[in-house]
Amino acid sequence: MADIITTPHISGHADHHDVDYLHDGKGLRSWLTTVDHKRIGVMYLWSILFMFFLGGVFAMLIRLELLTPKETIMSAETYNKVFTLHGAIMVFLFIIPSVPAALANFVMPLMLGAKDVAFPKLNLFSWYIYMAGAFIAVAAMVTGGVDTGWTFYTPYSTTTDGSVALMTFAVFVLGFSSILTGVNFIATIHKLRAPGMGWFDMPLFCWGIYATALIQVLATPVLAITLLLLLMERSFGIGIFDPKLGGDPVLFQHFFWFYSHPAVYIMILPGMAIISEIIPTFSQKTIFGYRAIAFSSVAIALVSFIVWGHHMFTSGQSQLASAIFSFITFFVAIPSAIKTFNWIVTMYKGSVAFNAPMLYALSFLLLFGIGGLTGIFLGAVSVDIHLHDTYFVVAHFHYVMMGSTVIAFLGGLHYWWPKMFGRMYSEPAARVACALVFIGFNATFLPQFVLGSRGMPRRYYNYLPEFQALHQASTVGSWILGLGFLIMAGYLFASLRKKMDAPANPWHSRTLEWQTSSPPITHNFHEIPSVGGGPYDYYRPMGKGRNA
Amino acid sequence: MDSLKHWMLGPQGSAYANDVDVLYMFLVWLSVFFFALIVFLTVYFAWKYRRRKEGVLTPNISHNLALELLWSIIPLIIVMGIFFWGFNDYVRASVPPNDAIEIHVTGKKWLWAFEYPDGTRTIGNLHVPVNRPVKLILTSEDVLHDFYIPSMRQKTDVIPGRFVDLTFTPTAAGRHQVFCAEYCGKSHSDMMANLFVDSPEVYEKWLIEGDPELQTMPPVEVGKMVYENKGCNSCHSIDGSKNTGPSFKGLYGRVEKFTDGTSITVDDNYIVESINNPQAKIVVGYEPVMPTFQGLLRIPEMRGIIAYIKELK
Repeated sequence: MADIITTPHISGHADHHDVDYLHDGKGLRSWLTTVDHKRIGVMYLWSILFMFFLGGVFAMLIRLELLTPKETIMSAETYNKVFTLHGAIMVFLFIIPSVPAALANFVMPLMLGAKDVAFPKLNLFSWYIYMAGAFIAVAAMVTGGVDTGWTFYTPYSTTTDGSVALMTFAVFVLGFSSILTGVNFIATIHKLRAPGMGWFDMPLFCWGIYATALIQVLATPVLAITLLLLLMERSFGIGIFDPKLGGDPVLFQHFFWFYSHPAVYIMILPGMAIISEIIPTFSQKTIFGYRAIAFSSVAIALVSFIVWGHHMFTSGQSQLASAIFSFITFFVAIPSAIKTFNWIVTMYKGSVAFNAPMLYALSFLLLFGIGGLTGIFLGAVSVDIHLHDTYFVVAHFHYVMMGSTVIAFLGGLHYWWPKMFGRMYSEPAARVACALVFIGFNATFLPQFVLGSRGMPRRYYNYLPEFQALHQASTVGSWILGLGFLIMAGYLFASLRKKMDAPANPWHSRTLEWQTSSPPITHNFHEIPSVGGGPYDYYRPMGKGRNA
Repeated sequence: MDSLKHWMLGPQGSAYANDVDVLYMFLVWLSVFFFALIVFLTVYFAWKYRRRKEGVLTPNISHNLALELLWSIIPLIIVMGIFFWGFNDYVRASVPPNDAIEIHVTGKKWLWAFEYPDGTRTIGNLHVPVNRPVKLILTSEDVLHDFYIPSMRQKTDVIPGRFVDLTFTPTAAGRHQVFCAEYCGKSHSDMMANLFVDSPEVYEKWLIEGDPELQTMPPVEVGKMVYENKGCNSCHSIDGSKNTGPSFKGLYGRVEKFTDGTSITVDDNYIVESINNPQAKIVVGYEPVMPTFQGLLRIPEMRGIIAYIKELK
C-alpha cells in the first residue's frame, strides 16, 4: 500500500480525487468556505504566525525599553500596554491555538488514517470564531489599549481606563474557538481511527492532543464565566471582585488560575506531543515507554486541575491552602521526568540524524530541562515567596512556554512543512536559524533568573541601576533571537516560491501522514489505510507490518 | 561558594533569609546535577548513535519497567523532601512571635505609609530596631499591591478591604530596599520604600525626634509634610473652604469666637493648645470632634505646622 500512495504528485488525468488539497479549488472563496481540515489548519497557521509576529514585535519593544532604567523609547503608560498586549497576544492568540488548531488540525486526521475531523463544518466555524476574537482584540488595541497585564487582576482591571472590556470580550470569544476545537478532536480520536488502529496504536502526538482537548473542554468554560463576571463588574458594578462593592479580589485570582493553570498544560502538552513524534522519526527507533508517555500526558492533564493555588502563595490565601497546593504541585515533576528520560533513551541504539526538526527536539530537551527544574524552586513555598512576581518567574515560564512549547512548535513546523506545502526548505539555513534561536533565547532569559533571585520585580518600567547590566545582556539576547526568526521567515517563504519538490516521506517516518503524497490529496488517502502494527515499528522494514 | 550565593541572591537581612538561601542553593546544585545528566545523556546518545548509514533497522526496545520506575521514584522522593523543607521554613516564618512590634502599613497608588505603635506616621521610610521581630499589618486603599523586602526574602500581596501580615526579624542593620511586586499601574516600578534597620538606641531616639531631616528642613516644609501625613488635611482646608474644621487659610492672627462666648486672636500658643487639647475651645459653627494629638508631634513638627499656618495668608 505504501508503494501506491508514495507516488508524490499526480499529473495528466487530474481527476478531482487525485488533486492535492492546495490545488483543489482556486481563489480566496474556495479557502474561506472550505471544510477540509488541511486547509483550515493552514488558515490557522497563517493567522497564528501573524499573531506570533505581532507579539514578537511587542516583546522586542519591551526589551528595548529595558535597555536603560527610566524612559528609553516609550512612556510608562505605553510600556504597561505593550507588556499586556505581548502577554495577551502570545497566550490567547498564538500559543494556545498554535499546535492544536494549526498543526494538529492538519496532521492528526492524517495520522489517524481519517478523511477529515469528525465535524468539518464546526472546524471551519471555530476558525471564524478565532478570527472574530482576533479582530476584537485588535480593536481593543487601537481603541485605547489595555494596561492590566494578561492576567486582568481585579480591582485594577475593573477601575483602570482603556479597552479592558473589549479585550476581555475578545478572550471570551477566543475561548469558544478553543472549546470547539477540543470537542472536535476528542470526537475525531474516539470515532475516526483507521480500521485496526487501537488506542495504543495511535501516534503519541494524538495522545498529547487528546489530553489537551480534555483540558480545553473542561477548563475553558471557567475562564469564560470569569471574564463574563469581570465584564459585568466593570460595566454594571455588580460587586463580585471589588471590595468597595462588597466583592473579593482574591476570588478573581482563584477563578482565573483555575483556568489558566490548566491552560499552561494546554500550551505544553501539544509541544511534548510533537517531541514524541520527532525523536523516534529522526532516531529511526521505537519510542521508549509508549504507554508511560501516553499515560503521563493524561496524568499531567488531571493534576493540572488541582494545582492552581501555587500561583497564589503570596495572595493572602490560607497557609494550609498554600501547603496543599505546594504538595500537589510537586507531583507534576514525576510525569515530566518520565517523559524527559523516555525521550532521551529513545535515541539509545537508534540511527540519529540531525535535520532541523531534530535540532529543535534536542533543544527542547535541554530547555524543557531548565524550565522544569526551575519550576521546583517555585513549588517550594519558602523559596517561592521570595521569587514570586520577580524576573525568576518570567524566566521560568518563558523556558516552558517559549523554550519548550514554541521550540517544539518550530520543530513541528519544520517537520511537517514538506507535508503541508510540498516543498523542502533550505536545510543549512534552517540549522543556522535554529542555532541562533537557541543561543538568543538563552542569552535573553538566563540572566533573568539571576535578576529575579536578586529581587527585581516583574512588570517594572523603571529599575535600580544595579540591575542594568543583566537587563542589557537580556536585551542583546533578544536581538540574536530576532535575527534567528528573520532568517527562518526568509527561507520558509523562499521555499514556497519554488516548485513542489518534497517526497511523500522525506524523513522515512512510519506514521500514516507520511504514507500519502506531499501535499496530500483532498481526501487524504486513496484508500482508507488499515493498520496492523505500531506507529514506531522501526525494527521492521518499511511496508512490512504496519500497512503491509 | 558564598560569593556565588551572594551574587545570585543579594544581601541577607535576617537569619530566615539565610534559611531560604540554603534551600535555594541546594536546588541550584540539584538542578545543575540533573541538567548536566540530561545534557550528557542527550549528547552522548545523539552522537554515539548518529546515523552512519541510511535505511538501517534498529532494535525494538519498547520499554523497561525497572528503569522507568527508577526515574519515577527517585524524583518523587527528592521532590517530597523539597516540599517538606520549603513548607517547614514557610510555616516558621509565617507565625509572628508574641513580642513582635506591630506596625501598620497602607499601600496606595503609589506610596507606602507606615504607622507605629506610638502613633508616629511616616511615608516611604520604615524604621525598625535590629534583632526584634516585626509584624507588619498591611492593607491597601485602592488596588492590589505587594510589599516585598528582597533582603528578608519576604513578600505579601496587600489587598483592599482586608488585613494581611508579614513577619521578619532583621539582623542586618542599615538600609534595605522595599519594592511593590504586584502590578498596580503607571508608577508601579517607582512604588518603593526604604527599610531602615536601626540599633535599639537609634530607633528609640528616632521615635522621639523623627528623621534627621526634620532638624535641617525649613519649618514651613516640615509643616506641610505634617499637614499631609498626620491627617490634618482630611478636616482642615488650606484654600478657605469650610470642612469639618476651620480652614488654615488666613487662620493666624484671625479673631476666633468660641461656643463659651469668649474669643481669641490666633497665635502660637492657641495652635499648640488646639492640637494637644482640642476640646478646650470650640469655634462657633463646628462640632467638638477633633481627636487629641498630644505626644504625636515632635517639637520641630509642632514648630513646622505653626510656620505652615502662618504662611497660609
